[in-house]
Amino acid sequence: MNFEIPNFLPAVPEMFVLGMACLILVIDAFLPDSRRDITYGLVQATLVAAAGLTLWMMGPETVLTFSDTFVKDPMADILKVAVYVTSFLVFLYARPYLMERGIHKGEFYILGLFAVLGMMIMISGHNLLTLYLGLELLSLSSYALVAFWRDSTRATEAAMKYFVLGALASGLLLYGMSMIYGMTGSLDIAVIAAELTAADESLNIPLVFGLVFLVVAIAFKLGAVPFHMWVPDVYDGAPTAVTLFIATAPKIAAFAFLMRLLVEGMGPMHADWQGMLIILAVLSLAVGNVIAIAQTSIKRMLAYSTIAHVGFVFMGILAGTDSGYASAMFYVIVYAITAAGGFGMIVFLSRKGYEADQIDDFKGLAQRNPWFAFIMLLLLFSMAGVPPTVGFYAKLAVIQAAVGADLVWLGVVAVIFSVIGAFYYLRVVKMMFFDAPKDENAEPVQPSGALATALSINGLAVLALGIFPGLLLSITHYAIIG
Amino acid sequence: MTFELILFYAFGAILLGAALAMISVRNPVHAALFLVVCFVAAAAIWLLAEAEFLGIVLVLVYVGAVMVLFLFVVMMLDINLAKLREGFTEYLPVGVVVAAAMATVLVLVITRYITMEVPERAGPEYANTEALGAILYTEYVYPFEIAAVILLVAIIAAISLTMRKRPDNKSIDPGQQMAVSREGRVRMVSMPSEKKRAPRRSAQGSGSGASDDDASK
Repeated sequence: MNFEIPNFLPAVPEMFVLGMACLILVIDAFLPDSRRDITYGLVQATLVAAAGLTLWMMGPETVLTFSDTFVKDPMADILKVAVYVTSFLVFLYARPYLMERGIHKGEFYILGLFAVLGMMIMISGHNLLTLYLGLELLSLSSYALVAFWRDSTRATEAAMKYFVLGALASGLLLYGMSMIYGMTGSLDIAVIAAELTAADESLNIPLVFGLVFLVVAIAFKLGAVPFHMWVPDVYDGAPTAVTLFIATAPKIAAFAFLMRLLVEGMGPMHADWQGMLIILAVLSLAVGNVIAIAQTSIKRMLAYSTIAHVGFVFMGILAGTDSGYASAMFYVIVYAITAAGGFGMIVFLSRKGYEADQIDDFKGLAQRNPWFAFIMLLLLFSMAGVPPTVGFYAKLAVIQAAVGADLVWLGVVAVIFSVIGAFYYLRVVKMMFFDAPKDENAEPVQPSGALATALSINGLAVLALGIFPGLLLSITHYAIIG
Repeated sequence: MTFELILFYAFGAILLGAALAMISVRNPVHAALFLVVCFVAAAAIWLLAEAEFLGIVLVLVYVGAVMVLFLFVVMMLDINLAKLREGFTEYLPVGVVVAAAMATVLVLVITRYITMEVPERAGPEYANTEALGAILYTEYVYPFEIAAVILLVAIIAAISLTMRKRPDNKSIDPGQQMAVSREGRVRMVSMPSEKKRAPRRSAQGSGSGASDDDASK
């Protein structure tokens, strides 16, 4: 048997993150509880170094290695950097929250780092097997993170729901993959695409059968309607620091998963999955935006807003054009940054024994601290898609892509639901600036430490990217089109 | 009909029968045991397909470890079957429709679309275990490593979710147990000997060895 030692170089960031995760795991085991900051610092340093490695190795060519199970291309590099940046922000925001509640444990960061590794594997997956294993690594770490605050019964309940539904979705995914494997005889993404192009019409029924399972499983994982029921419960039940994590970076990885599986692998069947994604997108936009209006908890409200944003991401992908994919990628990165800021603000306003997770808690924020009310305003405007924040350009690009693919009606639907959605974002803005604080003698919010600085930068970045959207737009354009 | 084909149909029939029995029996312990029968029949079919490693692993891992754990859980938990069956008839029509659709497509796929030739028999020198090992550590080394990382994460998750120091925990620290000395445990008491009814020598208060215990009582 002739076997060549694979080229390890393209996977150096993955190997580095894995090695560091194992090293930190061992170091953390010997640290007393009071020195958890060392674990935190090491994890953040790992993310920074991994970003450096990925940027240093970035190149325009597509490299396959490990018997074609691993791919390194511009899209992978850029999405990985986006994952590092969001995870870095998330860990930074999460630390004070965990410390105040006495759950500042090393496992949070270590499991988080393993989840980052899972996302990297998903982003670079070029084989059904690696894609699935990356997804499982991410999911398993996320389940444990949700259950991680053991004294909170709501977190445990959320973890159970997440675990059971996640396992169901994995089962569906594997079932679909086995059908595709049975029909094409390969697990390799490129071979599957070639086989599908060559396949004759009569094979269509079983292939679509497998495709349905794939799409349903992805919709489950992303939380698209009608497979969204777990999203609000899990986001609401999990500790805010964990919600912050599972609501941001994994969406970027899920986008890559969708691109690899549907666009690169099942690309020749675009006509079939386009219809399925249209249904999911319209339902997600409708249900997400309308039900969010009725929420009183801001975590649930943001969960429904996530569902609506997933609808937008689907819109970009289903257009089936390169500019559509680039716009969806732009959208998902913008969403991750904005959502990190939004959930970060909840963490920022929370204190020990007090979770600022009700919409009422934001009443009169402008009186308590005008600067952070302004930052929250920017983040909410970006989610609603109000210019000049970056959310506007994200929505614009996606709708343009849909219109470009002769789906004008879909663009109209998206605009209508965005307008409906704007109501609940603007309602929070109104409460912050024009309502009196819920508690008459609420103390002014004392900004302090790295969290306040990072949150300010995050909010201003949303504005800056909105004023100069060209940079990020050209990066995503480069990632997809080259 | 060759002997192999007869074996295949026989094990196939056992597999399907046991699967049906597994989902229809009332007693969960019986259901778990029927699942064991399923696994053994499937392992036999794998052996027929010359995949002896997979067959043996199925028996060792699933029958030997997973199902035994499963039986423990089923026997230890008080499962209320009546409650589990609630709403069964309510969801039955939907379930039947989904199952029928799946079965139709599966039959279609297997009978009409997949036309597989009978695989050629490998010779006696062929070893399935060796072939699997060769491919697992070369071509599939990357997925193999990821699977290892997943197991590591499972260990971390299980430990971090279950290990905790609780004040009401009555477990004993082995280190403390090992550090016990004789002086800490045994107290010598000097007392006058008592008269026994039986004509036997009574234990001395300052005696050593086995009589210590008697004396300190």
